[in-house]
Amino acid sequence: MKPFVFSCLLAFALPAHADTTVGLMLPASGNYAALGQDIEDGFRMALQEAGRSNIRVIEADTEADPQTGLTLARKLIMQDRADVLVGVVSSAVLGAVRDVVHQAEIPLIVANAGNSDATGKDCSAFITRVSFSNDQLNRPMGEWMAAQGISSVYTLAPDYAAGQQMIAAFSDAFTAGGGEIVGGEFTPFGKTEDFGPYLAKAQASGAQALYVFYGGADAVSFVKQYDSFGLRDTLPLYSVGFLTAPLYLREQGTSAAGVIGALHYLPSLDTPENEAFVDAYQKAHPDTLPSEYVVAGYDAGRLLVGALDSGAEGRAALAAALPQVAYTGPRGPLKIDPVTNNIVQNVYVFETVEGPDGMTHQVLDTVEAVRDPPNGCAME
Amino acid sequence: MTAFWTLQVLNALQHAALLFLIAAGLSVSFGLMGFVNLAHGALYMLGAFIGISVAAQTGFWVALIAAPLAVSAIGALLYLCLLGRVARLGPMPQVLVSFGLVFIATELVRIVWGDIPLVLDPSAALAGRVDLAGATYPVYRLFVICIGAAMAAALWLGVNRTNLGAALRASVENPGMARAIGIRTERMFLLVFTLGAGLAGLGGVVAAPITAANPGMAVSALIPALIVTVIGGMGNIAGAALGALIVAGIEVFGAVLFPAASAVLIYAALAVALIWRPEGLLVAKGAR
Repeated sequence: MKPFVFSCLLAFALPAHADTTVGLMLPASGNYAALGQDIEDGFRMALQEAGRSNIRVIEADTEADPQTGLTLARKLIMQDRADVLVGVVSSAVLGAVRDVVHQAEIPLIVANAGNSDATGKDCSAFITRVSFSNDQLNRPMGEWMAAQGISSVYTLAPDYAAGQQMIAAFSDAFTAGGGEIVGGEFTPFGKTEDFGPYLAKAQASGAQALYVFYGGADAVSFVKQYDSFGLRDTLPLYSVGFLTAPLYLREQGTSAAGVIGALHYLPSLDTPENEAFVDAYQKAHPDTLPSEYVVAGYDAGRLLVGALDSGAEGRAALAAALPQVAYTGPRGPLKIDPVTNNIVQNVYVFETVEGPDGMTHQVLDTVEAVRDPPNGCAME
Repeated sequence: MTAFWTLQVLNALQHAALLFLIAAGLSVSFGLMGFVNLAHGALYMLGAFIGISVAAQTGFWVALIAAPLAVSAIGALLYLCLLGRVARLGPMPQVLVSFGLVFIATELVRIVWGDIPLVLDPSAALAGRVDLAGATYPVYRLFVICIGAAMAAALWLGVNRTNLGAALRASVENPGMARAIGIRTERMFLLVFTLGAGLAGLGGVVAAPITAANPGMAVSALIPALIVTVIGGMGNIAGAALGALIVAGIEVFGAVLFPAASAVLIYAALAVALIWRPEGLLVAKGAR
């Protein structure tokens, strides 16, 4: 007993590591608040799991507003003297803070924003992404659909940066695989609630399949409306997996049955790492499955803990250590591509199916270790 | 190809029905009281969310009745406690207070119902599809068209063929004279406001099975409804119906024929309406 008490006292008296200050940049209000909460839950889960109490987290509500994001990033860097920034949900906010982060030479772990440029032509040695890039999810889906023998596709997506990047990446891969894009529409973002007119156009196009990207409230209403027009038999629905992500699947219910998509994480993945992760998450959130956002927050935390464990301290050392961290986590093997600092990960092609406990995802195919081409990234 | 155009005409009618339900109350309170009630969008949103909660307990048909009644009560309460006073203060306080209410309602909805969009499943009798002139159309959307048409007809008859409607028209055209001949215009205002709130609530619950209910809908529904009111003319039912048909037609056929410009077409129509007929296509005499 005595040596134990003594070692406890020693542990208190001599902290093993210096304190690390984290600036957590997430939306706590507005349209993306639910995502922000999920990412924060995941991030704190990773810190708790590592048993680290010497990490100080300062929260900053960036909303989805580039100007607010920029102001708060400056505050975290200069006033709070943060060692590392974590978060960023909106691609627009990521674009806005990119230069400040790069010039201040402070590491930023991106836990959501998929803006392909941030690990492409605007890449930085200080920006590491553990979520996904818009290219990374759509390219494998285009290749996969072409390989399945689907010859013609009609596309729909909201008319903004992410929608355009996703459809462009899909179309390039699909046509390269021998498929044909017979038509498509970008719907006014935030103004389209009724997809009826577009669904009728897609139906009249004579395409063999429909490929879409929608998220948020649009994801739920799009799937419901697709189902209500009875298009399932004539025009099967394929999507970037966000359309039937866990967050929306409960509301979509059986309307989502048969939708095929691709995502970097599914709560139903059958691996010991994921099982342990889902169990740990459900202790704090009974009856809820972790979304891909929780996992992105969790992996951001794991990456930070991994870098600290390697002995890195301070901004420059952390920035150098973060891309070195690699492990097998809930979503499978995870590492950072040193060329772009974007994540290299599996992409899971899945079908949304009715399971014994409600709707779930069934993996059809795993595209392993998907890595983005440099896309003009040159790190100095 | 006929099937395609049949589908799009039905889509336009269904969209017009929803727009009419939202815009009717807005238009009449605009015309009658000169009150720009932006909180109307919040009432529409509350209709959807209350409808979803009621339907989860008792089913769709009860929700279809209960949600508009609940929203009418909320509307009446708002009018008696706050908006009735603000209505007399001129446009700026009206806009600020009623838009403030939109923000408050949006946050309340987020606290009570959360950020994840919710859906309402219509009764099984309205599920499924029918074949019309070669086009397959969801039964529920036909039901929405019927509700819109029925409400428009009922309101038109109520305003133009009943004593209450005559008193209402008198209050719009000449409030001073209406009071002089013994019409209690204050009570008329409360009645109209409550009815308008109920219609917005009905619009919300009817829209919920088509567009998922979410905290952003208070604002997103408001803009097209205001455009309907401006194009159609304030203060009368026929104007709101005509405005709804025009705006829905532009939105649906714009999306079909000129997709690249579809986002700006209704604003272009608004600009044309403001230049050509700033008072609206059909307008009650007193609101001129």
